[in-house]
Amino acid sequence: MAKGDPGGTTRSRRAAPRSKKGAAGDPELVQLLTPDGERIESHTSPDGTEYRVDFTDEEYRGLYRDLVLVRKLDAEATALQRQGELGLWASLLGQEAAQVGSGRALRAQDMAFPTYREHGVLYCRGIDPIMPLGLFRGVDQGGWDPNEFKFNMYTIVIGAQTLHATGYAMGITMDGKTGTDDGEAAIAYFGDGATSQGDVNEAFVWASVFNAPLVFFCQNNQYAISEPLERQTRVPLYQRAAGFGFPGVRVDGNDVLASYAVTRTALDNARHGQGPSLIEAYTYRMGAHTTSDDPTRYRIASEVEAWQAKDPITRVKAFLEKQQIADAAFFAEVDEQARRESVHLRERVLDMPNPEPVTMFDHVYPNGSPLLDEQRAQFTRYMESFEGSAH
Amino acid sequence: MATETLTLGKALNTGLRRALENDPKVIIMGEDVGKLGGVFRITDGLQKDFGDQRVIDTPLAESGIIGTAVGLAIRGYRPICEIQFDGFVYPAYDQIVSQVAKMHYRSGGRLSIPMVIRIPYGGGIGAVEHHSESPEAYFAHTAGLKVVTCANPQDAYVMIQQAIASDDPIVFLEPKRRYWEKGQVDLDAPLSEAYPLHSARVVRPGTDVTVLAYGPMVRTCLEAATAAAEDGRELEVIDLRSLSPLDLTAAYESVQRTGRAVVVHEAPSNIGLGAELAARITEKCFYSLESPVLRVTGFDTPYPAARVEEEYLPDLDRVLDAVDRTFGW
Ligand SMILES: Cc1ncc(C[n+]2csc(CCOP(=O)(O)OP(=O)(O)O)c2C)c(N)n1
Repeated sequence: MAKGDPGGTTRSRRAAPRSKKGAAGDPELVQLLTPDGERIESHTSPDGTEYRVDFTDEEYRGLYRDLVLVRKLDAEATALQRQGELGLWASLLGQEAAQVGSGRALRAQDMAFPTYREHGVLYCRGIDPIMPLGLFRGVDQGGWDPNEFKFNMYTIVIGAQTLHATGYAMGITMDGKTGTDDGEAAIAYFGDGATSQGDVNEAFVWASVFNAPLVFFCQNNQYAISEPLERQTRVPLYQRAAGFGFPGVRVDGNDVLASYAVTRTALDNARHGQGPSLIEAYTYRMGAHTTSDDPTRYRIASEVEAWQAKDPITRVKAFLEKQQIADAAFFAEVDEQARRESVHLRERVLDMPNPEPVTMFDHVYPNGSPLLDEQRAQFTRYMESFEGSAH
Repeated sequence: MATETLTLGKALNTGLRRALENDPKVIIMGEDVGKLGGVFRITDGLQKDFGDQRVIDTPLAESGIIGTAVGLAIRGYRPICEIQFDGFVYPAYDQIVSQVAKMHYRSGGRLSIPMVIRIPYGGGIGAVEHHSESPEAYFAHTAGLKVVTCANPQDAYVMIQQAIASDDPIVFLEPKRRYWEKGQVDLDAPLSEAYPLHSARVVRPGTDVTVLAYGPMVRTCLEAATAAAEDGRELEVIDLRSLSPLDLTAAYESVQRTGRAVVVHEAPSNIGLGAELAARITEKCFYSLESPVLRVTGFDTPYPAARVEEEYLPDLDRVLDAVDRTFGW
């Protein structure tokens, strides 16, 4: 669960949660917290699965803290790119709840396979948020140890990681690590665009026939760069799962509680040997696809505004306030922490040195190669030839 | 003569527009090619003017883009497929090498696949991984495919139209770091006569060393030639333009005069195009050569992090260094 919260708060008894349907016009959407910050006690899907969460006040505050920190760090990275300190940045703005909800639902033993946008999940895995910035700054290829953190490298080639996740999950089964409460599971992140890729469809087939303990977590942020969802599918994405033989569920991806609940349930099912499932986190990319993208070419402001009203952070804040789980001092303290951490991040990014050019020859092969050894030696001699010259 | 100053990217855009105008069977398909005009804006404005039946935003699936284009080609269309970046062509690799390349042969000439596969390729723009690769050797190695690349706006404008008009499947490599470089473009340039698609061209005459380059490296080599001239050495720079088939007539003639040859490309050297060029030149010009044919290339590593790509990519100094070495024998 989220980091401990030092600030104790006094509060009165919460009003009994009211049961409500999902988002208007969309009974398919699992929701536990409305955009106004109303709690929905539980959601029962047509297949009978019941989704609920049971958090302590401290845990609720922890989730809020995660959301705010992740958004702030992301904003800092965007700013750093604008100032020329990063070559590129893929912002998660708007997708914090899907990422923090699912990220916090992972158990220590679960393995995640991200795309290039999963900074929120990365944060939940306990990885230093500076790590992905090296990749986008162009000084390294992403610096964390996938095995240590159980969070694989970012994957830029669309959809490729879903097959890796499937294979990893097959390995969990082969190792006999399913069927118990402390069994393992894997989760694969991808976007709505990725569902068009052959790899993703192959992953669905493999995961299904091998009953792999895997959760496919699709963040449907409505666009693949400029292309709207309708260019990828004519059916709601979660419904595809049925055709492959496993359950699919659509969750309000801007609702951190529901995102947590569906992911925890799917992972637990997987670790207990019930095989794969697909979660479609229905959300919206509030910013550009990446910092090199110009979304004004393909989407309208009113659409962005409509989604703004469903913001993942304001609804948690409203809930915390309404239920008196947190007070103004708490919110100010979180803001202050976010500010501090983003300043710290900025300072460290500016200090990230360029790599020594000769390091480009490292790690091509685990045990080296004569061809490369020769090339490295030539390169070194060549670079040394400039020493003391005008260069 | 309608001559305009255009960037290489705009020249391609103008060439594509011409092709769409001239032949109703020409269609463009790819990711984000419509409203966005492609991530490099090479198809900018084309969907607006020709409609979404002719400039098609496809699902995000490269194998699908190429595979469906095969079917469209069989049906009589002339698809131009845009692959967004070099490193994303591999999901379509199977369709390209197993299907596109072999259809004509397997059908005993009954089917042809007049397809153009446009790929922005090469480094130098500070991108993240998978965005800076030089995959030309994979394609040039495959019989049935033709592979070309342009180095200046005039060629971009003409060659893209020639490629579309060709009945062969053509991998059309666009040097992305040169998209923004400007040059004069004769918009009435004849498409077939002066420079047929598969011809090389001497872009700077010289007497001392023959430098062979293509795509993004042509400009680098021209800069090297300018620098070398200050030291009294005249480099003859040849832009190969077509990588498969290769046109080496001018190269042989040149090497026989200069006695020295340097091949320059961004792709790694191992089993690359430079090896092919060196072998052919050695066979044909053995008695004229004063020194071995040298290669200046990227290294045999994955494309490195952006902050060291300057060292990875051949630059003016490395070309001049190789030129010096050819005189050391
Ligand atoms: C195989 C491949 N093709 C194309 C691209 C270029 N590209 C990068 S992100 C992207 C859109 C991805 O959309 P989606 O899967 O919905 O994920 P999102 O970025 O919206 O999170 C594209 C086309 C790529 N990275 N990989």
